[in-house]
Amino acid sequence: MKAQPIGGRLISPVTLVLSVLVLLAVFFAAQRFLFGFGSVANINDGFPWGIWIAWDVVIGTGLACGGYALALLVYIANKGKYHPLVRPALLASAFGYTLGGISVIFDLGRYWNFWHILLPNYQQYGSVMVEVALCVAAYILVLWIEFSPVLAEKFGWKGVQAFTDKWMFLAIALGVLLPTMHQSSLGSLLIVFGYQINPLWQTLFLPLLFLISAIAMGYAVVVFEACTASAGFKRSLKDELPLIADLSKVMAWLLVAFILLRLVDILVRGEIGAMFTSGFKSFMFWVEMTLFTLPVAMLLSPSAKRDARTYFLAACSMLLAAVLYRIDAFLVGYETGPGWHYFPAVPEIMITLGIVAVEILGYIIFVRFFPVLPGHSPDRAH
Amino acid sequence: MTLDRRNFMKATLGGSLAVGAAVALAPGDAQARANKQMPPKALGLLFDSTLCIGCKSCVKSCKEANGMPAEFSTQDRLWDTPLDISGKTLNVIKYYAEGTADHKDQEKDGYAFVKKSCLHCVDPSCVSACPVAAMTKNPETGIVGYDPDICIGCRYCVGACPFGVPRFQYDTATPRIQKCQLCKHRLPEGKFAACAEVCPTGATLFGPVELLKAEAKRRLEIEAGSLAVYPRGNIEAPYPSHEKPAPAYLKRIYGEKEIGGTQMLMLSGVAFAKLGYPDLPEQSYSSKSETLQGTLYGGMILPLVALGGLAWATKRTVGSHSDEKGE
Repeated sequence: MKAQPIGGRLISPVTLVLSVLVLLAVFFAAQRFLFGFGSVANINDGFPWGIWIAWDVVIGTGLACGGYALALLVYIANKGKYHPLVRPALLASAFGYTLGGISVIFDLGRYWNFWHILLPNYQQYGSVMVEVALCVAAYILVLWIEFSPVLAEKFGWKGVQAFTDKWMFLAIALGVLLPTMHQSSLGSLLIVFGYQINPLWQTLFLPLLFLISAIAMGYAVVVFEACTASAGFKRSLKDELPLIADLSKVMAWLLVAFILLRLVDILVRGEIGAMFTSGFKSFMFWVEMTLFTLPVAMLLSPSAKRDARTYFLAACSMLLAAVLYRIDAFLVGYETGPGWHYFPAVPEIMITLGIVAVEILGYIIFVRFFPVLPGHSPDRAH
Repeated sequence: MTLDRRNFMKATLGGSLAVGAAVALAPGDAQARANKQMPPKALGLLFDSTLCIGCKSCVKSCKEANGMPAEFSTQDRLWDTPLDISGKTLNVIKYYAEGTADHKDQEKDGYAFVKKSCLHCVDPSCVSACPVAAMTKNPETGIVGYDPDICIGCRYCVGACPFGVPRFQYDTATPRIQKCQLCKHRLPEGKFAACAEVCPTGATLFGPVELLKAEAKRRLEIEAGSLAVYPRGNIEAPYPSHEKPAPAYLKRIYGEKEIGGTQMLMLSGVAFAKLGYPDLPEQSYSSKSETLQGTLYGGMILPLVALGGLAWATKRTVGSHSDEKGE
């Protein structure tokens, strides 16, 4: 299963639509930089963080945890059999994180000062955001180092190959440590918000809950990508299916841990009432918990079907659950006082969609030109 | 091809276990950071809602002293009518009314005025949240100040403040955070906070927090209805004071203990929660957040130990897999 470029045409209805989305986002981004946030976004002083933080950064990097989650399995748990999945996952992670990092610029009001956060003479170490920013910046570098053998293979860079052969273990170790740190810290960001975050989400266990769900998201995304890539590029899934089955099971056990931790924590803090009395917030909590529980039922029950469809649906449910968990913690569960409302504006959503479009476009272009996906020739030539 | 679960758990949870253990141990840990203490010469305000007549002189003088633009909320746009603090307004007086709104400082069928501006927390969430130290607490005066030249505009302070004080400018390409800085630019000129300077009734009183606290306690001990003396302006060098019957105060100084205390103290006849000031715990949210961060990242010890373990584990496995290099 040597990785190979899959070739094929670049211009297709899918890539055209994606390109239009990117152009629209560029237009609205220009507006944002010329006239301020108010011209494109609905963020306000009651909801200073909108989807550009909750989706682009918090969820975006969570969805980009495939590389991290697989590295845990392949290198730390020494499960070499998952190796064919590593390259596509790394690519998605590298794109996801790089775009997540870049998209922060859209959300920084005084973006020309952004470099302050990288310099020790400005950094304020009591701030959780410093930790997140440094870790994410470092991890973007590490991801591209981890991915560099693919580029070296394509372009025949012998020097790079020799260097990475020798030092890759360190990059991989950092590639596990850094996401462990910042994915948990994305949860810790909310602790200083105090009472403003509903007790269904506000807890000192935020970092652990964010971390577990991020790793589970990583496995779910790998399964999701393997399924959609095989459908989209018309490739057979039969070689990867046993791996997908095992990954799904790992994900299900992580979800069990997540659900138990969350419920016990709410119980111990004496906030069971909030599960039922917080109106829309309670409703969203139950939607989340249902979506978290579904994959467990689908994958761990004795009567579970063991086919690609089941794994795909379980992964989708998990991803939706984790996405909602993050949206709820950052937006739905946040209330700073009466009279504040937030729902993203259309241009605001278009900028986020544009960033997603860049990611998917980049992924398509890369797998066509570089040896990323496990090799077996396409079932049908394009 | 089944997964060895035990082996997997051992490894996967390696990193998260450290986090989990540290989180679980966080309260009462050696790294725990207590609430910060107020500097001995801290400056602040005492706002007495029962003295406020809602004239809004302080709103106007604040705008002048800080060079802030007018903000319109009426159709004819004739004069400055801010409804709340904002990117253009650092201080407003808000109005509480219930039922017939006949009696001042009464919760039922009554009305009251309240000041909304920065409380200058002793252990501010905004300062703890700011990643680049653009928001700082002056070590002597305790004034929470802001430096736009450092600020990256992330708005973490806006979200973190439990009182919703720092505000952002959403209508410009070069936005800033705006908040009351207790007229710190006027102090070297021998002047004090403009809101207190113009307050005709002494509802807003400026001075060292220790003196203001003593003054607040004095007022709470006066029997309701008996004649009381109220200083105006700066408590250290007050303008001529005035006399009036003392109201029925709630026996509470808001800001004495809330999230570790604030340098603006408040007295009122109406419950503070009704006036937009929530009941808050004594432990500051910054100390909670920083205790957690300190436990996990103090001296970078945990991360370095974890990196060592991870590097050892990967060195062992890298290159041993047949699928390496896409083979």
